[in-house]
Amino acid sequence: MLKPNPSKVNSRTIVLSVLFAALAIVVALISLSVGTTKLPVSDVVEVLLGGGRRGTRLVVLELRLPRVATGLLVGIAFAVSGALLQTLSRNALASPDIVGVNSGASAGAVAVIVLAGTGGGNISGVAAKVGIPLAAVLGGLLATLIVGALSIQRGVVDAGRVVLIGVGIAAAANSLVAWLLVIGDVNDAGRAAAWLAGSLNARAWSDAVPVLLAVVLLVPVAMMFNRDLSALVLGDDVASSLGVRVARVRLALLIIATVLAAMATAGAGPIAFVALVAPQIAQRLTRMERPPLLTTAMLGALFVVLADLVARNGLQWLQVGPYELPVGVVTAAAGAPYLLHLIGRQQKGR
Amino acid sequence: MRSAAPAARPVAAPPVRRTVALLILVAVLVLAFAASLALGSRWLGPGALWHALTANSGSDADVIVRNLRFPRTVVAALIGICLGIAGALMQGHTRNALAEPGIFGVSAGAAFAVVLGLQVGLVESVSSTVWAALVGALLATFGVQRMASRGTGASPVGLALTGAAVAAMLGAATSAIVLLDADTLDSYRFWAVGSVAGRGLDVAAQVLPFAVVGLLLALVNARDLDLLALGDDVAAGLGLSIRRARLVGLASIGLLTAAGVAACGPIGFLGLLAGHVARRMFGARNSWLIPAAGLIGATSLVLADLVGRLVGGAGEVQAGVVLGIVGAPLFVIVVRRRAVAL
Amino acid sequence: MHVENLTLAYGADAPVVTGLTLEVPTGQLTAVVGPNGSGKSTLLRGMSRLLTPQTGQVLLDGKDIHKLPARELARKLGVLPQGPVTPEGITAAELVSRGRHPHRGLFGRLTAEDDAAIDEALAAVELTELRERSVDQLSGGQRQRVWIAMVLAQGTQHLLLDEPTTYLDLAHAVDVMNVVHAAATTGRTVVTVLHDLTLAAQYADNLVVMGEGRIAAQGRPVDVLTEELLDDVFGLQATVVEVGGAPVVVPDRRLAG
Repeated sequence: MLKPNPSKVNSRTIVLSVLFAALAIVVALISLSVGTTKLPVSDVVEVLLGGGRRGTRLVVLELRLPRVATGLLVGIAFAVSGALLQTLSRNALASPDIVGVNSGASAGAVAVIVLAGTGGGNISGVAAKVGIPLAAVLGGLLATLIVGALSIQRGVVDAGRVVLIGVGIAAAANSLVAWLLVIGDVNDAGRAAAWLAGSLNARAWSDAVPVLLAVVLLVPVAMMFNRDLSALVLGDDVASSLGVRVARVRLALLIIATVLAAMATAGAGPIAFVALVAPQIAQRLTRMERPPLLTTAMLGALFVVLADLVARNGLQWLQVGPYELPVGVVTAAAGAPYLLHLIGRQQKGR
Repeated sequence: MRSAAPAARPVAAPPVRRTVALLILVAVLVLAFAASLALGSRWLGPGALWHALTANSGSDADVIVRNLRFPRTVVAALIGICLGIAGALMQGHTRNALAEPGIFGVSAGAAFAVVLGLQVGLVESVSSTVWAALVGALLATFGVQRMASRGTGASPVGLALTGAAVAAMLGAATSAIVLLDADTLDSYRFWAVGSVAGRGLDVAAQVLPFAVVGLLLALVNARDLDLLALGDDVAAGLGLSIRRARLVGLASIGLLTAAGVAACGPIGFLGLLAGHVARRMFGARNSWLIPAAGLIGATSLVLADLVGRLVGGAGEVQAGVVLGIVGAPLFVIVVRRRAVAL
Repeated sequence: MHVENLTLAYGADAPVVTGLTLEVPTGQLTAVVGPNGSGKSTLLRGMSRLLTPQTGQVLLDGKDIHKLPARELARKLGVLPQGPVTPEGITAAELVSRGRHPHRGLFGRLTAEDDAAIDEALAAVELTELRERSVDQLSGGQRQRVWIAMVLAQGTQHLLLDEPTTYLDLAHAVDVMNVVHAAATTGRTVVTVLHDLTLAAQYADNLVVMGEGRIAAQGRPVDVLTEELLDDVFGLQATVVEVGGAPVVVPDRRLAG
């Protein structure tokens, strides 16, 4: 097992956090400058600082920045959510993707897309803008509530049991989603399927706001629990004897993880693998015994924004066509091999 | 002699009672089958049913029974047997009460292989679908078996998570392919929900060879599972060839899941349901448990289809969805009873 | 049973047991003891075919165990690994019946001979009244005795037991050792790894002390278990006292204050 070495660990974590943050900003700037209208990076910077021509301001501030900003925020939210869940359940594979939150959110959103879409019509306007994210958040929270309620047995919540029940609820929610995809018409189903893949297309500032609130409010709170998290890694009993209010801390962090994931899903759909992979990579790079929250957050932001850059322009670079991929496809393509690697490591008993 | 253990609940029934229990399961299946033929948008009485099956004069009732309900009920029974037994086998091999092809990613593997095959153009008929599904199912089962035998992934939680993660990954890959065009998506979504609607006897006939081989292997594997349950070391000490037992199990699970997925799409929770009930009835004896799981699986799928037809009114709720709704609470119950590690 | 120049390792790691030669006396209870990491469990695994040796061989009745077919070996050699996991919902009689596997045919109905062996095994561990109980509801000592009954039912001439008394309180451990010793008096050859020196010394006919992958000493307990040996091999300061003809180890305490 890795021995936490406080002084050494802090410096690595900080250095890597700064590095990832810087890289994320760089990629974000690049992402703001490429596209159908190519803009020089200097112009982009000018706009961000308050100046620039009207046309440029329009493209950057109205079209691209919401998308990039949402991407950064969603990356942070998913990554931190995953880090918390993995630490709480002491398992590298725990993540909102798998433990019910994202599935519940998906069920909510798809329900709205399919049920509120009228035949061959389009669910648009306010209904879409507000309804889908709202349904996603409610669905995710409801799923977690169900998982939580079912996990309490004789007043005790066992981490392993929470995870298992989460897996079951996720499977059930996925059944529900499959059914919803069938009862709608093809167009609605297509829209729903695209949403399910996770996409940052056509994101406006309204999409970014919920995630922004969640990140700004909850991530700092999560980080205040850093000391407790380090103790929890040693086991509930040991943590308790070290003075940690185990049950309360677990509950609080579980709620934070859920809300972050639900809000992020509401903003961009369930983007696969960010929550699963970013914490693990951050943990290995910083050589800590659990995923460090700040580094994970920055890495998550970098991951999503980079994936989005590739998703938007990748096919064009490869000269395959003018299509845009959903960002979830890119994160899945990058994340899946790493997941297999993780499973292989678990197999060798670490 | 040390102090006696607290009064225990009686567990195993003597052989006669087990045979009777098995016969009861057969009877229940026959009843469910009959109900599926008789009930639906039109309710038919026993007389009409008998007439349809024997005389066949081309009346409406006859057509409904012979052309619509009979084929799909046969398919449901066959696939229910396959997936029920596959689930019981997986639970035995992984020593985990939650294991089953749906939740642990085996069905997802088969589905991915099928979708990939369709996209690439290698797969066209039901038979080739089964072959593609077989490859996918075998790879996924192999992965699950390896994870189950050692390392931190082998704990009940670890295994369930790994299975779910693999299923998620394969699902993402599948939807990536499916999103490429609207027609693929359209046919895919009806297949992916898990249903026996529109599956005729020709489908059953094409998957039958695979199912039969899988079933035979499962019966052979049942005894070996009894030993594997004691732990790899003890089983080896009793003379079991662990490799051979695992390979036979792998092949059987793969064949049965492939048959099921190719015919009806990825249906989840069936193996869990069948395996759990069978275990409650027959304890740890796999020679009885496996056939029982098959019978229970068949009954469950037939009934799920029936319920879906009755509840759905003009449309219908697919069997896979009904099972999802019923299966989730069952899953939770199993977890809560801490009856997870076998 | 004869072990010849055996070297055992796990994977690519350094060998745990090196060049070990051991003659196991027939019809006696041999206890293998040693400090943690001395290789005693590894030796047992090597003797039971659970671990393939890098060099050397293990001979049973003159034949190399790795060359025998699995079923034939299972009819001659019974193995009980450490801490076996009991499947849920299995009765004692059912678990013991699994031990008959090497004798059962393809369609495996239990014959009269099988039933007799099961009954005999259950009687030997004094659990006949509890035969229809679910094993996971028995006490630790009872459960371990059921597992031993399973190995006894296998009807083998040789028995290997890996730490059958771990996690058992003293009373239950004594129950188990009584059974193990009784098995040896019926003419079987029994080799058991034990961590409790006194228990081993009280019951074993033949004591093998291991240290760092080799045999440090072997022979009758009263001859082998000396204070110098305890100091050399175990790093333990103790007094050895004889009770009932067998040695008892009393560690020297260093009480503070």
